[in-house]
Amino acid sequence: MKKKEVIFIISILASALLLWGIMLLIRKGDYGSVRITVNGEEYGTYSLSQDQVISIGETNVCEIRDGQIKMIGADCPDHLCIKQKAVGSSGGTIVCLPNKVVIEGVKAAGSEESSPEFDTAV
Amino acid sequence: MNHKKTAYLGLFAAVAIIFGYVESLIPFFAGIPGMKLGLANLAVLFILEKYTWKEAALVSAVRILVIGFLFGNMFSILYSLAGAALSLAVMTLMKKFSGFSILGISVAGGVSHNIGQLIVAALIVENTSLLYYAPALLISGVVTGLLIGLLTGEVTKRIRL
Repeated sequence: MKKKEVIFIISILASALLLWGIMLLIRKGDYGSVRITVNGEEYGTYSLSQDQVISIGETNVCEIRDGQIKMIGADCPDHLCIKQKAVGSSGGTIVCLPNKVVIEGVKAAGSEESSPEFDTAV
Repeated sequence: MNHKKTAYLGLFAAVAIIFGYVESLIPFFAGIPGMKLGLANLAVLFILEKYTWKEAALVSAVRILVIGFLFGNMFSILYSLAGAALSLAVMTLMKKFSGFSILGISVAGGVSHNIGQLIVAALIVENTSLLYYAPALLISGVVTGLLIGLLTGEVTKRIRL
């Protein structure tokens, strides 16, 4: 491998790590609820403290239990969303691409004041 | 297009389709949607090395359509086409202008493939929170690109068309 290729690869890895660090900082906080969007439109926001099973349209089913949300049913063939990590108090995202369903952690109402610098930056 | 080339392109399109199928059997999933080995890129990269981007694009398009209709759906075809088109464009430019070896070209292809798919995915679900996957997909693009580049380099040395 040539020297410039090594530099090229290292710079990609470095920018990935930098991006990751920035995202960790932005995402830091306590996530008390989740927002479900279908097709880019909000389907609903649910508290993670209340155990329940939510049907998202006719395509997906997710479950909130023990402060975490998981996709438990989908009518698409690959079921990748069911294998994705549960979203809990540290936030995260579950995506079902074929059905355009996105579940994402939302910060609890109280935590917004604790990190105002990130709110202005977004 | 001469007969020999037609036969080879058909052969490698078939190889790419088989690779795509084999990959769908491997339960490799790291919690990030879109992360995979990209075995089929081996055939595309090989064709790009031996012929030009036009032949590589043909093999790539045939593979995506066949795999899509056999195992996927309209959306998976769309994601694959976006990733493959960006990846092939970047690899062609790198091959022409960068002076990189097949390893560097493959890494550039792997990374740009992942970026292309991520952008299309974010556009389709209309949600930018998908972009949080970008760092993981960048790194996996480098790793799989290196692997596929190594393999393709070895195959290119051994097969003469």
